[in-house]
Amino acid sequence: MKVIFQLIIKRIGLSIITLLIVSAVVFFIANLLPGDAAQEMLGQSATPEAVAELREAYGLNDPPMLRYAKWLGGLLSGDAGTSLANARPVSELISSRLSQSLMLAGFTALLAVPFAMVLGIVAAMYSGSRIDKAMNIFTLSMVAVPEFLLATIFVLIFAVELNWLPSLSYIPADAGVYDYFRAFAMPVATLCIVLSAQMARMTRAAVLEQLSQPYVEMALLKGSPLSRAVLRHALPNAVGPIVNAVALSLSYLLGGVVIVEVIFNYPGVASLMVDAVTNRDMPLLQACAMLFCTGYLILVLIADISAIVANPKLRTGG
Amino acid sequence: MTAHVSVEKLRVEAGPQGQERTIVHDVSFSLERGEVLALIGESGSGKTTIALSLLGYARPGCRISGGAVHVGEDNMAAMNAAQLAGVRGRKVAYVAQSAAAAFNPSRRIMEQVIESALMHGVMSRSQAESKAIELFKQLSLPSPQTIGRRYPHEVSGGQLQRLMAAMALICEPELIIFDEPTTALDVTTQVDVLKAFKDVVKAYNTTAVYVSHDLAVVAQIADQILVLQNGRMMENNPTPTILNHAEHAYTRQLLSAVQDSDSYKDNEPGEVVIDIANIDAGYGKISRDGKPEIPILSDISMRVRRGQTVGIIGESGSGKSTFARVIAGLLPAANGSMLLNNKELTPAIVDRSKAECQQIQMVFQNADTALNPAHKVGDILGRPLTFFHGLKGAARKQRVAELLELVKLPTDLADRKCGALSGGQKQRINLARALAAEPSVILCDEVTSALDTVVAAAILELLGELQAKLNIAIVFISHDISTVKSLCDEIMVLYKGKTVQYTSGKQFASGPYEPYTELLLNSVPTLDPTWLDSRQSRA
Repeated sequence: MKVIFQLIIKRIGLSIITLLIVSAVVFFIANLLPGDAAQEMLGQSATPEAVAELREAYGLNDPPMLRYAKWLGGLLSGDAGTSLANARPVSELISSRLSQSLMLAGFTALLAVPFAMVLGIVAAMYSGSRIDKAMNIFTLSMVAVPEFLLATIFVLIFAVELNWLPSLSYIPADAGVYDYFRAFAMPVATLCIVLSAQMARMTRAAVLEQLSQPYVEMALLKGSPLSRAVLRHALPNAVGPIVNAVALSLSYLLGGVVIVEVIFNYPGVASLMVDAVTNRDMPLLQACAMLFCTGYLILVLIADISAIVANPKLRTGG
Repeated sequence: MTAHVSVEKLRVEAGPQGQERTIVHDVSFSLERGEVLALIGESGSGKTTIALSLLGYARPGCRISGGAVHVGEDNMAAMNAAQLAGVRGRKVAYVAQSAAAAFNPSRRIMEQVIESALMHGVMSRSQAESKAIELFKQLSLPSPQTIGRRYPHEVSGGQLQRLMAAMALICEPELIIFDEPTTALDVTTQVDVLKAFKDVVKAYNTTAVYVSHDLAVVAQIADQILVLQNGRMMENNPTPTILNHAEHAYTRQLLSAVQDSDSYKDNEPGEVVIDIANIDAGYGKISRDGKPEIPILSDISMRVRRGQTVGIIGESGSGKSTFARVIAGLLPAANGSMLLNNKELTPAIVDRSKAECQQIQMVFQNADTALNPAHKVGDILGRPLTFFHGLKGAARKQRVAELLELVKLPTDLADRKCGALSGGQKQRINLARALAAEPSVILCDEVTSALDTVVAAAILELLGELQAKLNIAIVFISHDISTVKSLCDEIMVLYKGKTVQYTSGKQFASGPYEPYTELLLNSVPTLDPTWLDSRQSRA
């Protein structure tokens, strides 16, 4: 047990250091973007004096190191700063959108994970058969198709041609279950397909690896049916690699969310971030970027820890 | 009385449809209830395939394509998956070669031992558990009440092998298949496990099929022996007939490989190549008195002369491979001194000069993993030539051809990829790679353990010839006492990282022995069928 704790604490420490490095990279890259918020807000016809005054007010003239230190200090004390575009606190802007994004990601994960598990396990059980080959073709082609293409095709078919679903994902205030379904169908389907294709492939590989182990043959020779040998013997040993694969795939979901939110004009954090880029709203952009990075790091951390915990030799301290 | 188990014209094919090869050709035999049959042969002889067909099972890619396998009333070759699942584990049980791999690492031992009893519904959980504990006692396992609560990695290899026998016996099957159940064990452990198997089989009047490549082991336990080669039956006779009046030439060849020869080597000693004194080595921090935190070797001294072979014998965990790594500098010694050609040799390989590295070459146990299967033989042998001797182009090609000739391989092999070679050929390439550096000493770590007896004998012969021709020193590490005895001028016995005995080969042939050496020597089974029983009475 002691070994596990040491390993996990080490991983957490490494994640914190990574996050610190990321914050520096995010800050300085955001500051490399051409143009500035003062100019953007006042428009083309603003006088140089007005722009200079605004820059002074927002502290944009301070040296970059000082601004970075101020920003980091603010983040650590829970204050992500004020949006330059509409003068509201960044945390307020994000929190109103975060639940929306989490809902989208949550629905996707809820559907994609079990779907991918079943697909992967069945393909592994009947590896080499027609089911397996069909799944291989499906997942390989889906991994190869980018989300924006898939999303656009969905819009073309279901919104433009068939006119079944709205092309914009909008949830009215008094939405019922049906409204939710209409709003979520296409974004969730797009994310699900790309995500579960990846997860199914990794699950299949993890289960197949275990199925080739002598103890599975032994279980069969003890009179256990194939399904039992897979579910009771192979699967528990494949859990580590599978959770690892799931966590890594979900971290990939964060990137997918950005594209899908923009295409369907879904009111989440990702579209907020894209708006922040157009408005040169640096505090908002930086906060969003940090949020995504933290989410990514947490998922990778879960993947790492699951790989450590799944090793029975470490778990029992033997 | 009708036969309990009868196999008629069994035929097994392997490979994809349309291009099958037959791997078992029309094998027939029959057994009375309570009899033990041994299937003996080298790897690829089809012995495990035949044994598995008694469970109605063929490994992925193989198919039972003809014949009948009767166990009692049932024809295992003609049953469907559901029928087979009902019979396996209940009526016919299997004991696999490597218990360490055949136990599920993530579930407790007891769960796995009683699993088939619960699956077949022959008894309740509490009945099954008390039955298992009774079996643990019969198989003389330590703390039978609690051992089931452990995980497989928490017990030793010999214990795990006996636990697997308990797993097979839980439903009191009519037939047990033992698939090389002691091959992965040390000799001293093997004796106890064999004893336990023999007693239990007798106590339950179980019919058994015992698969092995070791005639001496089989002689202790089998009533009948079936000799196989390339999937064909060579000979099937009662054990005494096979041992004393073998009909087939191949059987006699196998017998002669086991027979203990009293020969020993005694070469003219040349000058000392490697002189090792009072080495300590291990892992972890090194304390002030020069001992590592986790010591593996302590106070080992050895001297190897030109043209001489020093053998190191020990069981797994004795530190014999670690010693080779210490000499090679892969694991730097914590203290002690090493002299190479009378010059001080630094412990770590990173601090050694190119010339020093060139003088000491290592031949690893498993040529399959030591050679990159995607590389051509010519490149594998050519790299040390360029690295140590700066050979390029035609000169390098010429030298590669010479090396291949030296290890008695055709020179056109240079253009072939390693993955396409046989096990024996790979081991020769492995040896040639070490020789390419023109070393003064080579370290051979269990170089024959992964090979069949006949192939291994050829490699050992080659090693002897090369030594005479090139006048090199060899450190030969093995767990096989008879090989070491016949090959080495000096022999060192290691136990738990300490030297138990270090004598000349001549003296080792006659004795006297230290108690542990004695135990090792007495644990090697002989062809005398009463050997195991006589050890039983002594114990």
